[in-house]
Amino acid sequence: MSWLSDLALPKIRDLVRKTQTEETLWTKCHGCEQMIFHRDLEAAMNVCPHCGFHMRIAPDVRLRALFGDGGFTVIELPRVKADPLRFRDRKRYPDRIREARVRTGRRDAIVVAHGEIGSRPVVCAILDFDFMGGSMGTAVGEAIVAAARLARLQEGALVIFSASGGARMQEGILSLMQMARTTAAIAELKEAGLPYISVMTNPTTGGVTASFAMLGDVSIAEPGAIIGFAGARVIEETIREKLPDGFQRAEYLLEHGMLDMVAPRSELRRRIASLLRHLMPVRSREGALLPVPANDAEEAAPA
Amino acid sequence: MQHYLDFERPVAELESKIKELRRLSESDGVNIVEEVGRLETKLDRLLVQTYTKLTPWQKTQVARHPERPHTSRYIAQLIEDFVPLAGDRLYGEDHALIAGLGAFDGRSVVVMGHEKGSDTESRVRHNFGMARPEGYRKAARLMRLAGRFGLPVISLVDTSGAYPGVGAEERGQAEAIARSIETCLQIQVPFVSVVIGEGGSGGAIAIAVADRVLMLEHAVYSVISPEGCASILWRGGDQAEAAAAAMKLTASDLVGLEVVDEVVKEPLGGAHRDPAATVAEVGRALARALSGLEERKPGELLRARRDKFMGMGRLG
Repeated sequence: MSWLSDLALPKIRDLVRKTQTEETLWTKCHGCEQMIFHRDLEAAMNVCPHCGFHMRIAPDVRLRALFGDGGFTVIELPRVKADPLRFRDRKRYPDRIREARVRTGRRDAIVVAHGEIGSRPVVCAILDFDFMGGSMGTAVGEAIVAAARLARLQEGALVIFSASGGARMQEGILSLMQMARTTAAIAELKEAGLPYISVMTNPTTGGVTASFAMLGDVSIAEPGAIIGFAGARVIEETIREKLPDGFQRAEYLLEHGMLDMVAPRSELRRRIASLLRHLMPVRSREGALLPVPANDAEEAAPA
Repeated sequence: MQHYLDFERPVAELESKIKELRRLSESDGVNIVEEVGRLETKLDRLLVQTYTKLTPWQKTQVARHPERPHTSRYIAQLIEDFVPLAGDRLYGEDHALIAGLGAFDGRSVVVMGHEKGSDTESRVRHNFGMARPEGYRKAARLMRLAGRFGLPVISLVDTSGAYPGVGAEERGQAEAIARSIETCLQIQVPFVSVVIGEGGSGGAIAIAVADRVLMLEHAVYSVISPEGCASILWRGGDQAEAAAAAMKLTASDLVGLEVVDEVVKEPLGGAHRDPAATVAEVGRALARALSGLEERKPGELLRARRDKFMGMGRLG
């Protein structure tokens, strides 16, 4: 950085800080509508301390929670064709992409990183709902393929956190094809004997649910997450009836046998670590299986 | 009573004129052969004009035409000794996706497809071609059966989409579709899909991850219906025409995007004007595609199928 950034940036930051109002320090819970102080919210990883409502969380915060600070490396994702259909609705697709990039600082709706959990290599992909609703186009498809391939290279596990409205309409049929593409990548990972853990967060719907999200060796969801194929409004319009209470919520899916567990955000790392201990036995140099530790002593300090 | 689409009105008028003239000539003995001939030439020309430059939205309507041949028609005409097979072995039987064993062009195959039905009663029974999880689980079960006995798989795609209902969601519509796609990518037998009408989203691709994907000239295949796309991106379902154009959902668009391998020509005026000829043409294309695939080794087929779908949307 230059002398300019050293001198000028803090001053600008001070200016911004001074204009901060009460509003930005407090967040209203989307569940119980109580006000939460920003430090409390951060400490609880965006889970309401009053009612346990799971609010959205930035992918990098999730990565730190999973791997610990500095315990992971974000990989650069392969480039894809910018606007394969030259799509235009009320706005041009490249303009929508540009806006999303400015807003999130991300190239597309996904982050892929690798690190270790319990000394097992793990590749983690996280969909970012703030980027065009976490929609799956060729970039997300390419990233899932890259993540699965990296996991195979590292003989590691794959963990995907989904959050998506479904396929990206602006990429039309190519978005639909990403369902087959990601499924093929997952199939090859599984054939290599490596575990894939799918974590569904709010919301996980459409083509993402109907492809890699529902194909986990183990399926986990965060409490209250909406998970489904069709949107609730579409279903309501089709059947012209009110939907049952809790419909398409994680707990509802658990009751219907669609998930292995609903786990609060604070427990995800511990659960994933346990699963990987069982599914990925560590071998000694002589090839003998090492005993599974009785508790998560090696997992003592989650970030 | 023939069903005419809005843009076919001039065709309808001309055809009714011809019919009227024929009726007159029968009752009055008036010789109007020449006049009828002239009108028929005009009709052919009109059909050519209309059908060579259908807009994507018009194609969508043709693809949904109620008299368009559906899966059961293809099975009746192309498959000998058809043995329908039912049920997913988990919950139920889904009439929206029909399937079974049969002989196609001298070989035994597993054939499956969405069935929309052709009158009110059968449409209701087949749930308008919108399958529930049981349909996709049956499809996956029969793909595995085909794999076990080395039988090629033929799938016919004709659905507006998977059924959006409470029970369908409760029983895992998304899981069933995902698992069906996964099964498509696991079987080691030749696999050909034909989009014969509407290829609607996840409900379509669930059975269309094949070695060769063929598509009828006026069929459509898309990630969402034009109406759905319009209501989300344009905030109005009345913009469906614009959405249809933007989505690139026609057979020629999809060949350009390398999602579809081959376009099967339809008779003049669309499949609904001559179902028998349409089905026969699809049969010839299917026979060619299958014999090409049968020359290849099974492991090689699966590898190529996976590579093909893994490459979709890749840069360069």
